[in-house]
Amino acid sequence: MTARTLAQLAAGLAARKYSSAELTQAALARVQGAQPRLNALISITAESAQAAAAVADERLAAGKAGPLTGIPMIHKDIFCTAGVLTTCGSRMLSNFVSPYDATVVARLKQAGMVMVGKANMDEFAMGSSNETSFYGPVKNPWDETRVPGGSSGGSAAAVAARLASLATATDTGGSIRQPAALCGVTGLKPTYGRVSRYGMIAFASSLDQAGVITVSAEDAALTLQAMAGFDPRDSTSVDAPVPDYRAALDAPLTGMKIGILKEFFGEGLASEVERPVREALATLVKLGAVVKEVSLPSLPLSVPTYYVVAPAECSSNLARFDGVRYGHRCAEPRDLRDLYTRSRAEGFGAEVKRRIMTGTYVLSAGYYDAYAIKAQKVRAVITDEFRRAFQDVDLLLAPTAPTVAFGLGDKTSDPITMYLNDIYTIGANLAGLPALSMPCGFAGGLPVGVQLIGPHFGEAKLLGAAHRYQQVTDWHLKTPAGFAEAFA
Amino acid sequence: MSGAEQGSWETVIGLEIHAQLATKSKIFSGSPTAYGAEPNTQADLVDLGYPGVLPVLNAEAVRMAVKFGLAIDAQVTRRSVFARKNYFYPDLPKGYQISQYELPIVAKGFLDVMQEDGTVRRVGITRAHLEEDAGKSVHEGHAGVSAIDLNRAGTPLIEIVSEPDMRSAKEAVAYMKKVHTLVRYLGICDGNMQEGSFRCDANVSVRRKGADKLGTRAELKNLNSFRFVEKAINHEVERQIEILENGGKVVQETRLYDSDKDETRSMRSKEEANDYRYFPDPDLLPVVLDEVFIEGLRARLPELPDQKAARFQQQHGLTAYDAQLLTASREMAAFYEDVVAAVPTDAKLAANWVMGDYSAFLNRDGLEVAQSRLTAAQLGGLLARIVDDTISGKMAKEVFEVMWADGSDADAVIEARGLKQITDSGAIEKVIDEVIAANPKQLADYRSGKDKLFGFFVGQTMKATGGKANPALLNDLLKKKLTP
Repeated sequence: MTARTLAQLAAGLAARKYSSAELTQAALARVQGAQPRLNALISITAESAQAAAAVADERLAAGKAGPLTGIPMIHKDIFCTAGVLTTCGSRMLSNFVSPYDATVVARLKQAGMVMVGKANMDEFAMGSSNETSFYGPVKNPWDETRVPGGSSGGSAAAVAARLASLATATDTGGSIRQPAALCGVTGLKPTYGRVSRYGMIAFASSLDQAGVITVSAEDAALTLQAMAGFDPRDSTSVDAPVPDYRAALDAPLTGMKIGILKEFFGEGLASEVERPVREALATLVKLGAVVKEVSLPSLPLSVPTYYVVAPAECSSNLARFDGVRYGHRCAEPRDLRDLYTRSRAEGFGAEVKRRIMTGTYVLSAGYYDAYAIKAQKVRAVITDEFRRAFQDVDLLLAPTAPTVAFGLGDKTSDPITMYLNDIYTIGANLAGLPALSMPCGFAGGLPVGVQLIGPHFGEAKLLGAAHRYQQVTDWHLKTPAGFAEAFA
Repeated sequence: MSGAEQGSWETVIGLEIHAQLATKSKIFSGSPTAYGAEPNTQADLVDLGYPGVLPVLNAEAVRMAVKFGLAIDAQVTRRSVFARKNYFYPDLPKGYQISQYELPIVAKGFLDVMQEDGTVRRVGITRAHLEEDAGKSVHEGHAGVSAIDLNRAGTPLIEIVSEPDMRSAKEAVAYMKKVHTLVRYLGICDGNMQEGSFRCDANVSVRRKGADKLGTRAELKNLNSFRFVEKAINHEVERQIEILENGGKVVQETRLYDSDKDETRSMRSKEEANDYRYFPDPDLLPVVLDEVFIEGLRARLPELPDQKAARFQQQHGLTAYDAQLLTASREMAAFYEDVVAAVPTDAKLAANWVMGDYSAFLNRDGLEVAQSRLTAAQLGGLLARIVDDTISGKMAKEVFEVMWADGSDADAVIEARGLKQITDSGAIEKVIDEVIAANPKQLADYRSGKDKLFGFFVGQTMKATGGKANPALLNDLLKKKLTP
């Protein structure tokens, strides 16, 4: 039994090859078995998973199942899950049991998915290596001495090790795509506003977007179908019809114009990464795509722009964690000030504090114009450059990350080096564009990802191109040696 | 403070009025806004600032703010933006207040405010913006700790910021009352000051008369009654003048008014003031309003106080001052018009009664028009009996008191108490004859020139009729009888 993709598992369930209860039991066993090695999860929810599986089996038996019903999955621990610990990877929320479900959680629950656990992540999604988690780093299943990327490192590692066929994830500056690339899985960040942010603990509200990490583009399409759509509880979610992503997967690539982002193939890109990325491009050309070089001159300003915008919003978003109503509270506060300062000093880790301070600084009187306003202007310019690029091309292609997975601890001492990991991914967040990373080869035994960026609400095009690519390649089906045995 | 000392100084006042909008639910959540519930029972996860929750703007709050803007002839901003005002306080669950900063929903309007002397001062309104209220810290009844009640958190407010256009505490109060009248006319605020639905901060400074530059101002907080606004401003003006006369400098600071001690005290200086780090709230889209929306609201505006007062002057022949008093609240104005309906030819009589005895009794019993013990129809019924000479104006006051006490109609009281005037001249003449016959000496004196005795005969006759003789008729008849 080698069923691994969501689509294959769904087919198995439909054909009664196994029940959701059996599948869930197998997934739980796999999750528990892998936990000491990978530390990919913060919570394992065996009991509620078994209950959900039983309900799913009833639906399957009654013929009321959808394409996701009964499939085990993992939620990034940034999504609020009713009655389940929701930590956001932080000591601050290490005691927080959410009283409600995020919209994404509710929708996938509605679709009949079975949550088996909650994925580890960088604290409050701030990090590119999953090393800022209060719950310890996640190991890359391809090489357990290396990082899985971040912040959705737990989600990416879990899918790479096939603990589940999918895990939800979030992307503020590359937090879905970069770990997907480093772990050899498919990661989709939808258009800003495509998926509700309600119940997703905010890092930088204007950049955060929920998405999914899967084995294949087809699986991402199936999951996005259930996740996407307007949510009256999120004013920034867009009230636009959700296309049939599955149906769009088979559209031929003939004549599709793919732009190569000139700025992203220069200095800083490891040649061992560039090679498979260019090979992926060649494959797409074989499938009928036409290549065009595209220049977005302001794109190199993405990283500094991002490191003003994101910390500014985070400094405000994280103000609610004050020890008053929920979360970590210091022992025996002397007075209000002591309650605030010690609860926050103890509850937040170093990277989160660094960004809160940066954000507070750039919003301060006297610095607001020089930093916050200027960053907004650059952001508008970058967005406009993308907009113009998409007048000429259908999709943009770039590497996802400059290097393969680096060693645990290699970059923790230098935040700037760490920040540069997201150099190729941040632009899509600043412009609110959908983007996807998929496996395109290996370098030194470690996975390499290629990134496709689409125009606003161009998910169907992105998924279609990725699917066609995955029909003629098998990089996405490779599993790390230590986790090669099939489950279920 | 002597008049002479204050005489060389000019007071400059601007007000920031916070009016709670009368929406059913909060500005960014679905929780109810009703006052007085058990602590923390009217706060949902959004109001509590739980992780992951998001604000969703209440469209009714936007409509109310736009109505206010239209009522003060302001510019209604076509694209306004919510911003976060960041500061830490336990009753501010998110660590920021959602407000509007650079692009408020209402900009540049004005109100014409009638002063006590009947003159009108135009007060500029810089802006009015939407924001959410904070919760409350409760310090009483919890030994050694403070408790937090978040029922009020997220209640919609409109903050109305005036230009520094007022020159005395009285002017400030007149302006505040005008705004109070207006928001209640518009039905956008219940105006309840005890419950904090309508409150204000005052920016107060003084300068030498004739000076161009404004003096350093102090911001007075916590002013939740018209009386406190006046008292607090007067105290503050006195304090500042005293400092300046003694060669000192007023420091820019926020001062809290303590109504128990009737004094202001420093809360924080400018140096201690928060840097609120305002920035556009990325969780909320800009509020974009089109012409159709705005004009639709304009078409549905009620008759506003100034329009109503003008109509009262024109239609009912009232003075500007009376018209202003009668239109101070929509309820009072409606009551007045209902009374007029009963005595259409005597609108002035109706005005006198509504502003006089009726208002006095309401005040005495601490009642609003809505809680009135008498309906307008009942008061109208009483006035109709004056107009048709059934009772005298003096007797009407007596009847009114009874009506107020037991809620009965005028006719019933007149009937039960036998207060109906005697308008039968034969009956009055008979009594006059008896009085004259009983007082021959006074008759002789009167006829020999003691005119003053006319009053004596009026009194005697009135007494003999139990005060029920129609006074005009009695006068006429008596004159005839006394004349030889």
